[in-house]
Amino acid sequence: MRRSRRTLVALRSGPEWAIEAIIRVLGVSTIGLVALIFIFLLTEGLPAFFEIPLGNLLGIRWYPTSELYGTLPLLLGSVLITVVAMIIAFPLGVCTAVFIREIAPAWAREILKPMVEVLAGIPSVVLGFFGMVVLAPVVREGLGAPTGLTTFTGALVLAYMALPTIISVAEDALDAVPKSYRDAGLAMGATEWQTIWRVVLPAARSGILMALMLGMGRAIGETMAVMMVTGNAARMPVGLDALLRPVRTMTATIAAEMGEVASGSTHYHVLFAIALILFVLVFAITLASASVMFRRRERGGLR
Amino acid sequence: MNPHLVQKLGFGLLALISLVVVIPILLVIGAILAQGAPAISAEFLTAMPRDGMKAGGILPAIVGTLLLTAGTGLVAIPMGVGAAIYLSEYARDTGLTRAVRLAIVNLASVPSVVYGLFGVGIFVLLLQFGTSILAGSLTLAIMTLPVIISTSEEALRAVPMEFRTVSASLGGTPWQGIRRVVLPQALPGIITGVILGLLRSAGETAPILFTVAAFYLPALPQSVMDQTMALPYHLYVISTQVPGMPLSIQFGTALTLLIYVLSMNVIATLIRGYFRRRREW
Repeated sequence: MRRSRRTLVALRSGPEWAIEAIIRVLGVSTIGLVALIFIFLLTEGLPAFFEIPLGNLLGIRWYPTSELYGTLPLLLGSVLITVVAMIIAFPLGVCTAVFIREIAPAWAREILKPMVEVLAGIPSVVLGFFGMVVLAPVVREGLGAPTGLTTFTGALVLAYMALPTIISVAEDALDAVPKSYRDAGLAMGATEWQTIWRVVLPAARSGILMALMLGMGRAIGETMAVMMVTGNAARMPVGLDALLRPVRTMTATIAAEMGEVASGSTHYHVLFAIALILFVLVFAITLASASVMFRRRERGGLR
Repeated sequence: MNPHLVQKLGFGLLALISLVVVIPILLVIGAILAQGAPAISAEFLTAMPRDGMKAGGILPAIVGTLLLTAGTGLVAIPMGVGAAIYLSEYARDTGLTRAVRLAIVNLASVPSVVYGLFGVGIFVLLLQFGTSILAGSLTLAIMTLPVIISTSEEALRAVPMEFRTVSASLGGTPWQGIRRVVLPQALPGIITGVILGLLRSAGETAPILFTVAAFYLPALPQSVMDQTMALPYHLYVISTQVPGMPLSIQFGTALTLLIYVLSMNVIATLIRGYFRRRREW
């Protein structure tokens, strides 16, 4: 008895204190990691803004070999492909979430949910490979494009990569709508279909907005699949046929060129500047969706 | 129009859309299975690549990916579970805790290629690890961390408060309660989360592009300071960088990677299902 009390006291003052400290440090170190990444991108990327005139950096030509570092085509490439991917993925994802959550019989749900998890698990390089070998020829033949490696092909692959995120976040949003809302809708004489569209979805709209934003964040940062299926031509994606032409994103540019640049060169700094832009862009998207999340919490679980 | 007819049509439409989501997934897996399976043989899995990778096997890429997964786990599991324990057991709702949560959400959203750049800058150049398994594992570990933290925290939070209260009422210190009561109860959930996190890192290419991956290295790594081939990078290389590569080897590599990743997925699902049924609370 006396002995056990003594060990207890020893545990309290010795290891207990140390373990708690270690765990606290591990928790707080995540902030340190984010800060470290940001500072690192800043120190390596900011010099680009002093080494190159702003007109050049915001120009429309990306030819690093002749000192032309126009990042506009890359930025627009990323934006275009992300927007097209979301136009495809958002309606698909929300409808699938509604189907899984509100309508599907149990057996269909048991098939759909694991399938979506499988999709989330397929490595991006495998999807890129599939897009290149199987999808690109179909796009070339079917849409009459000169090459199958186009903005549209990339957006299609990207849409499916963003789907698991959109579906699971939208599902959570629908899940958070109290059953009483549905009961009230049905009691008013509305059909289930009317209840879903006029009551449940409006009540879940902030969570569904979050699904869109998180899907976007996922899509804009995607690298390998995009690099493999978009053709990687750094030209301005303007005009009506931009969808059926090759395009190049910021992520693909970093991945393709980082291996070839000398550490500390202007080109090296520009690639880090692009990474910095990406980091800030995705951070802003995350912050926006986090604020939606916090606001919803303040209002008591809804909206 | 009759609202009930509208409802029937609407439900049909949603079912159709769900099919549009699911069928391409089956197509991808089916195509890779059908064209990759003939390429897979004992030699393909256990031999070194030959003739500029156009013949022979992919053993070094398989070994490299296994080593990277192990290395990632070795770093990310203790850090991730530790941070999850902090969030679920020790942290109060302060500004600091909210900052930690925001940091984790942010880490989860950083593009993988940015992690690749960070890994080059910090581990390869600054800490002088060179392009090595060590540098690659550390880079992948940081990328995996948010997944492990959030799934582990969820598992820890699912353990009912009574378990902690009882442990404390028997004279246990907080840490004793966590180690002997809460952690064992949350373990299945933590394991599932860890596997899901490692599965993602195993398939990643961008973070290892410049930190560890070797283009063509027909030898097994001897130490953590060696470069290595890895399955995702190998697939990227042979499908885009090597002209005249036999399609069967490309599909075979894709299938090997897919099987590795999806089998981890299945194991995680099985563990989750098994313990969920056995759980008594």
